[in-house]
Amino acid sequence: MAQTQGIIAFGRPLGATGILPVFAAALATLLHLLFAPAALLAQSKTSAREPAAANSSAPDLQIALINEHVRNHWDKHKVSPSPAATDGEWCRRVFLDVLGRIPTVEELERFQSEPARERKARLADRLLGSDYVDEYARNWSALWTNILIGRSGGTERNSLVNRQGLEQSLRRAFRGNVPYDQLALELISAKGVSKPGEDGFNGFVNFMAGNLEEKGVQATTKTSQVFLGLQIQCTQCHNHPFNDWKQSQFWELNAFFRQTRALRRFDRGATRQIESVELINQDFAGEDNLPEKAASFYEQRNGLVKVAYPVFVDGTKLKTDSGFVEDVDRRVELAKLIVGSEYLGKALVNRMWAHFLGYGLTRPIDDMGPHNPPSHPELLESLAGEFTSRGYNQKTLVRWILLSEPYGLSSKIIARNKKDAPAQGEKPLFSRFYMRQMRPEELYQSLVVATEADKATLDTESHEAARREWLKQFTLSFGTDDKEEGTTFNGTIPQTLMMMNGDLIAKATSGEKGGRLHRMANDANLTNAVRIQRLYLAALARKPTAQEIALANELMLLRQDPAKALEDVWWAVLNSGEFILNH
Amino acid sequence: MSITIAPPGMNRRHFLQHLAGASALAWPAMSFAAALRNGAAELKKNQRAAILLWMNGGPSTIDIWDLKPGAPTGGPFRPIATSGDEQICEHLPLLAKQMHHLSIIRAMSTREADHMRGRYHMHTGFVPDPSLEHPGYGSVVSHMLAEQTRQLELAIPPFVAVGGGSVGPGFLGMAHAPFVVNSDGNVRNLKLGIDATRLSQRMQMLAALEKNFVKQDRGQSAADHANVLDKTVSLMTSKQMEAFQVSLEPLAVRERYGNSNFARGCLMARRLVEQGVPFIEVDSGGWDTHGDNFRTLGENKLPDLDKAMSALMSDLDERGLLERTAVIWMGEFGRTPRINGSSGRDHWASCWSAVVGGAGMKGGIAVGRTNSDGTEVDGEPRTAQDLMATICKSLAIPLETTFTSPNGRPLKIANGGKPISELFA
Repeated sequence: MAQTQGIIAFGRPLGATGILPVFAAALATLLHLLFAPAALLAQSKTSAREPAAANSSAPDLQIALINEHVRNHWDKHKVSPSPAATDGEWCRRVFLDVLGRIPTVEELERFQSEPARERKARLADRLLGSDYVDEYARNWSALWTNILIGRSGGTERNSLVNRQGLEQSLRRAFRGNVPYDQLALELISAKGVSKPGEDGFNGFVNFMAGNLEEKGVQATTKTSQVFLGLQIQCTQCHNHPFNDWKQSQFWELNAFFRQTRALRRFDRGATRQIESVELINQDFAGEDNLPEKAASFYEQRNGLVKVAYPVFVDGTKLKTDSGFVEDVDRRVELAKLIVGSEYLGKALVNRMWAHFLGYGLTRPIDDMGPHNPPSHPELLESLAGEFTSRGYNQKTLVRWILLSEPYGLSSKIIARNKKDAPAQGEKPLFSRFYMRQMRPEELYQSLVVATEADKATLDTESHEAARREWLKQFTLSFGTDDKEEGTTFNGTIPQTLMMMNGDLIAKATSGEKGGRLHRMANDANLTNAVRIQRLYLAALARKPTAQEIALANELMLLRQDPAKALEDVWWAVLNSGEFILNH
Repeated sequence: MSITIAPPGMNRRHFLQHLAGASALAWPAMSFAAALRNGAAELKKNQRAAILLWMNGGPSTIDIWDLKPGAPTGGPFRPIATSGDEQICEHLPLLAKQMHHLSIIRAMSTREADHMRGRYHMHTGFVPDPSLEHPGYGSVVSHMLAEQTRQLELAIPPFVAVGGGSVGPGFLGMAHAPFVVNSDGNVRNLKLGIDATRLSQRMQMLAALEKNFVKQDRGQSAADHANVLDKTVSLMTSKQMEAFQVSLEPLAVRERYGNSNFARGCLMARRLVEQGVPFIEVDSGGWDTHGDNFRTLGENKLPDLDKAMSALMSDLDERGLLERTAVIWMGEFGRTPRINGSSGRDHWASCWSAVVGGAGMKGGIAVGRTNSDGTEVDGEPRTAQDLMATICKSLAIPLETTFTSPNGRPLKIANGGKPISELFA
């Protein structure tokens, strides 16, 4: 570990020499080629327990490679990187991006107490290791539930989608760090029952269960968008105006879904609502009733009707166009084709990059292709290649990104990188960390952790229910066939009103008996300065400035009750931009 | 940043004096805007506004505004005569009596038939561009009428979206973002949980944090956050917020609009126009009728629309607001002339209808027409840009206006669309 650490810690000087990193990159690639099969084997055996600790030097060369690719673009565009983020900033962002919450004071202090050269790698390994495996799984299953069915999926009455079912299956997958290709395969080809606890339960069916109406148009669109990084929805009706996608390709891809059916099971009791859904594949007779060569029809804009059989986006046809499941299970074949394609790895790498760095390598991340070239093509190729050949291990990919130079930069703009302005439509250069607002899920979880609000009374299920209820207030569902949605958790007034006056904040900032603020106010061992400092550390991962201490002291004097003053300080800190913006 | 709050019933200056005397914490921003103008009522008489009735999902305009009885594409609905020159669907009997205020643009021909893209295109006049977010109607109008809202000392955000999210402010910035509210008029979390003095002290702690953070130059979102805080506080303490309380209207008025969310949204829109809000978008969902189009429209969507929209038009007219308030009715596109196997119609952007009225636009006419089975525009097609330019013109917003995008690109207002001359004859 110590040996590889050098490459990370000295990543910048290494890059500055130019020749060495190229050599290192080549070596890295070579090493991976040599060891890839072994790595694959090792990963499938060790599962998630110690994903990062087992790292050989090869992945750290991959980090150097990321740095090199990003740096090349800095040089090319004549920008300089911002200085490195402070330890507190870095620690806070890693907790937010990996676990979906800010660190506690204890976690922050542990990080800062470790040897400076090792603390970053140690924290990355810790968060990706067994200590945090439940929190990791909670965060990534929530993220992926949103990716797969949106924030409103399964929340309406009589929905075909069982949101908890999907979350549950995803949670198990992320707990075991199931390789991404396997996860994709299971989601795309899933059969079984949507609801947890029922015979034949398979939560993954909930990805597709709500998307099969109208010949599975939405299932086609969603699968392509999420797993291939291709937006083909426009080609449902016509050839794509800006890229090479043809209308025929949409319907050929759609043909893979035509055996799939969602069978509704109703509650026989009082509600008569949909209880669960069973996703099955059954024989598809074709729209002209010739199951041996089962065709789908679509209409061109000029009214001409055309016929489509399953063809993958790269032109691969199935060995038979039969609609009989015993001849060919079209959806399983599609899953295999997707998993075997280079699209899968690229789409995931791009998604992960965007998650951690704030912008993807293409914009939007799920519309890749020649019409929308990536900002850093070599980086995308290299990361996707390594990710794929190393067995689609998501935790390994996360570790590479966390320990890369661009992820570690300050979010402060400097004169020499002002023109790196993706918010203004420029291609991102990643010469600083792009500040962004927490997701509502992250805010919720951060408040829970920062205020210990959950430890009092809530068990897990009622806590989950409270969380779901709270999150619902921000989601706007447009009620269209593509299940489009928006959010009011977007930095506008409704969000600010919630932060200032909402129940969750009222609870978090209450100095009532039993809460954190009350305990703090009544702990005779603490001075006011220490109390205030702990609040700043808990929320912002930094100490208060002299001015902030002075203001807080003034409040302490003004209030008779120190708990009341702490309420005010805590409220102000939680309402600050510095708190809600991941910086 | 100037965070200024006052308890209800107290003007801000009085409040600040009060605060300065009572608290050891001196307020950082003592020099803010002048006292309320006496001329506010006069100003309101001249103010301009627009109401966008947004039919989310893409309404089947061939069954509503441009019927083709007898054609294979026509569907079962019959046309009826109106107070204008146009005929409309039989399920809109009340609206038929208001059509002298409204004109139908039957030659809409747009280029996006996907919900998200279509909504973006119809709201902004541009096609989606991943490198640049364009502002929609509400943000453009709110931006262009900023002087009016400043003079009125409007605490309510100048762009209110009722029951739906509309589209964002794009490069015009967070100050022109839609303020999204539910049609029930209850703005969530509006109530101060603490007394105003204590809030002001908290705000001072917060102001110090904000100031430091903005100064660190980490990007626009820090300053945006501070500005939204400021706006939120003035809104929390403003009596103007009563405009959202539809329940304060007399029962007879509420009954006239109807009992749907859309109806309450329309009534709220009228109240907000009276208060001086320059742009209100009211969302009506459920128009994505791929299946069961005719029953959905005939039994549900059109009766609700009929009641609410006719009440809005007559109410605006009776109160003298219609002559300076533009009303726009549209969705992201129309629906296929061909009726599909599920008695539905699918997405169709190449020919459909939008409806406009008020603010000096001529009512009672149809602009352009479609062919006998409604499959294409017969004559000059009208675009999303043209419609937007028309609304701008009706609000006396100069069409020569050019915005500069953040990366320096000049962008003509309404994407250079041409106002529909027939409406200003």
